[in-house]
Amino acid sequence: MDFNIVIAGEAGQGLKTVEAMLTKTFSRHGYYLYSTKDYMSRVRGGHNFMQIRISDQKVEGPDEGIDLLLALNDESVEIHRSEMNEDGTILSEVESDKDEMVYIDARGMAKEVNPRAVNTVYVGAAFKIMGLPTDQAEEAVKEHFAKKESVIDDNLELLKKGYEAVDQLYNLKDLGKKEDRMVIDGNSAVGLGALLGGLSYYTAYPMSPSTGILHYVAGKQEELGIVVEQSEDEIASINMALGGSYAGMRSMTGTSGGGLALMAEGVGLAGITETPIVIADVQRPGPATGLPTRTGQGDLLFAVNIAQDEFPLMVLAPKDQEDAVYQTFRAMNLADKYQIPVIILSDQFIGDGSKTIPVIDTSEMKIERHLVDPAEVEGEYKRYKYTEDGISPRAYPGQLKDNIVLLDSDEHDEYAHIVEDGETRDKMVAKRTKKMKKLAAEDLLEPEYTGPEAPDYILVGWGSTAGPLREGRKILSDEYNVGHLEFNDLWPLPTKKLEELAATDAKLVFVENNAGAQFDRLVRSETGIKADYNILKDDGRPFSGQEIYRRFKEEVSK
Amino acid sequence: MVDKNIYQADRETAWCPGCGNFPLRTALADALAEMDLKPEEVTMYTGIGQAAKMPHYIKVNGFNGLHGRSLPPAIGMRVANPKMTVIVESGDGCSYGEGGNHILHNIRRNPDIIHLVHDNQIYGLTKGQASPTSVPELRTPVQTHGVNAEPLNPVQFAVGMKASFVARSSVGDREHLKEMIREAKKHKGYALIDIFQPCVSFNKINTYQWYNKRVYKLEDHDPTDHAAAMKVAQEFGDKIPIGIIYREEKPTFRDRMPYLEDKALVERDVEVDDLKFLIDEFK
Repeated sequence: MDFNIVIAGEAGQGLKTVEAMLTKTFSRHGYYLYSTKDYMSRVRGGHNFMQIRISDQKVEGPDEGIDLLLALNDESVEIHRSEMNEDGTILSEVESDKDEMVYIDARGMAKEVNPRAVNTVYVGAAFKIMGLPTDQAEEAVKEHFAKKESVIDDNLELLKKGYEAVDQLYNLKDLGKKEDRMVIDGNSAVGLGALLGGLSYYTAYPMSPSTGILHYVAGKQEELGIVVEQSEDEIASINMALGGSYAGMRSMTGTSGGGLALMAEGVGLAGITETPIVIADVQRPGPATGLPTRTGQGDLLFAVNIAQDEFPLMVLAPKDQEDAVYQTFRAMNLADKYQIPVIILSDQFIGDGSKTIPVIDTSEMKIERHLVDPAEVEGEYKRYKYTEDGISPRAYPGQLKDNIVLLDSDEHDEYAHIVEDGETRDKMVAKRTKKMKKLAAEDLLEPEYTGPEAPDYILVGWGSTAGPLREGRKILSDEYNVGHLEFNDLWPLPTKKLEELAATDAKLVFVENNAGAQFDRLVRSETGIKADYNILKDDGRPFSGQEIYRRFKEEVSK
Repeated sequence: MVDKNIYQADRETAWCPGCGNFPLRTALADALAEMDLKPEEVTMYTGIGQAAKMPHYIKVNGFNGLHGRSLPPAIGMRVANPKMTVIVESGDGCSYGEGGNHILHNIRRNPDIIHLVHDNQIYGLTKGQASPTSVPELRTPVQTHGVNAEPLNPVQFAVGMKASFVARSSVGDREHLKEMIREAKKHKGYALIDIFQPCVSFNKINTYQWYNKRVYKLEDHDPTDHAAAMKVAQEFGDKIPIGIIYREEKPTFRDRMPYLEDKALVERDVEVDDLKFLIDEFK
């Protein structure tokens, strides 16, 4: 069973409240869900919508077609009518004798109780239409308005009025609450992974679609006794975080493409000063301002080549909201282990999207700081001591008695003093390069392959396309012998699995949310392996499994 | 008082002979010794430029970062360790030019930081172009007919912003400079000291003589009187005042986060198991 709900209207109509209440309620009725937002870069007006897909099976992304449309304004009916599934229903304030149209006088009802809570009438009516009781929805209302108690009663009354005003049309059942699941959006997931990793200092400048991370961690700062500071610009964001990291705290920043461009010099500073830092880039289409509230995977080659000259750097991409928690946690440990910048390439699709995932399992999660044991430091401390693997014992100021900690963005010697001689320069470049080699040898995640042993086609994707790829492959599997490959780690590029698969007869189909096949280009430059086909999408919207299926038929298996 | 030799302020430098950075370094080492601070109890954040090389020429903890970006990283130390003495040091180009936005916002944040600006009214390391504080008549390989913008008066700017401590000093009077550094350390909050120093290689206008002829020590000035401070701050001509121009006790960056108390976040000891309640909130 798969049921797709779209809530549409203009900015300022409380779509988010409706989505929050429906999401929580469905989850407590035991459904798996995936919700996505399609909103415009404005505060009021325009056309925005949110889609909630619910199922009794695991869901990996949005689906096409609408079963129930909650049209909070008349315009939404016309915009989405063509997407309605057979037997779909449109709930609106438009009076019509068409079969699929259900009328509700939401404004009229709200006017008598609380004109600001029109959206709650829709929630009540939606539950009746779907055949679900309102007890869980009532709880969700109480929780949602916990800080605004005065409006709880109004909302409960309107929930009931909406419920009573329409007839039941579907027969969704209460599957019972599942304790082993949770629902989380990708931005909160990055924040959660960081907080679990001991984040003490987060500095960022608000930028869509990354602001959700900033809001989430800021909401926890007092409770956890940490500091979240809004910087004056992204140049300050990364330099502040680096200063905090040098001071010994786990520090992080987050932004989107334009902000990452401003941070570029700072990432290089992290590289040459060997200061651990995690940077979340929640991608949106660009360049410059681009499409602020949409999704894309156009920052890959920029992230990999972010600053002048060469330095150790890691770039990785979470596959979904669950993975975002684990990967961010892992990024913090790896940044500390190798004393490098780690860029997390998330995007608006998973950042703003919420998904039902298994409860995060912390049994394997351990914070590893890799700081020096002061007892092991003899004589004058060398921040950049030459070692076998290139990693120098790291101390923070004040940690060592009678010793100072110096670092420098100039090329430097073991003590961090400025040098200009070629010999020391060579040694320091070699030292930093060794760290990258060790990272590639010890800590890279090879991509995950799913599918038949000898496939005819392999769909290759990275980061957030994993969900749509899983669903797309499932649909394709009825007609084709097809597997798919999901990448987490992008730089340094893990090559073993790729080389293994490229040696078979399988055709490689790279699926990416950008126009220039950036991952294909990266793989080609690192391995010589190239895509046989590219399925690319750069309209600012995520793939769905259905779309991958359709595009495969059109562009690959013609 | 600790032995001032502990700071090794006699290290070899890349500065020109006669550079104003030398007396500034000596004054700083003397002040640190008098304040009884050990090298590991002081952290210096600098940008890029001849002045910004200071942490290589004096022994304290040091973060020699990017041009213009000496202030932002220093905030991190204020969060991590309230006991550490934090000094930001850089030139006029780094502090007022490339880093202009940061000084504006850190005056607003008011972190407990001593900001020493080596103000020689010119770019030295890049060999003599105009800086934000260069006088209009300065001619350089770039400013061939003089500077196309009016000079910034950093003291007037900072007093206008009600920065919590604003002073001016000159390397021509080391005792005065030392005293200003000690006063800045005593002050809780952001303390800007704009320090006149000659660039003997490139600035042929603002020489030792130029400064010595003009500067005078403020007497009978009440630095807590903002209107009086604004008046004094505007003086920049034949007579230029040195001393504490403005001082105001107000909440520091950390004071605004009372939940931190006096904890050093660098000592925050946290295990994943302590944080599992965060996961439960998404159930």
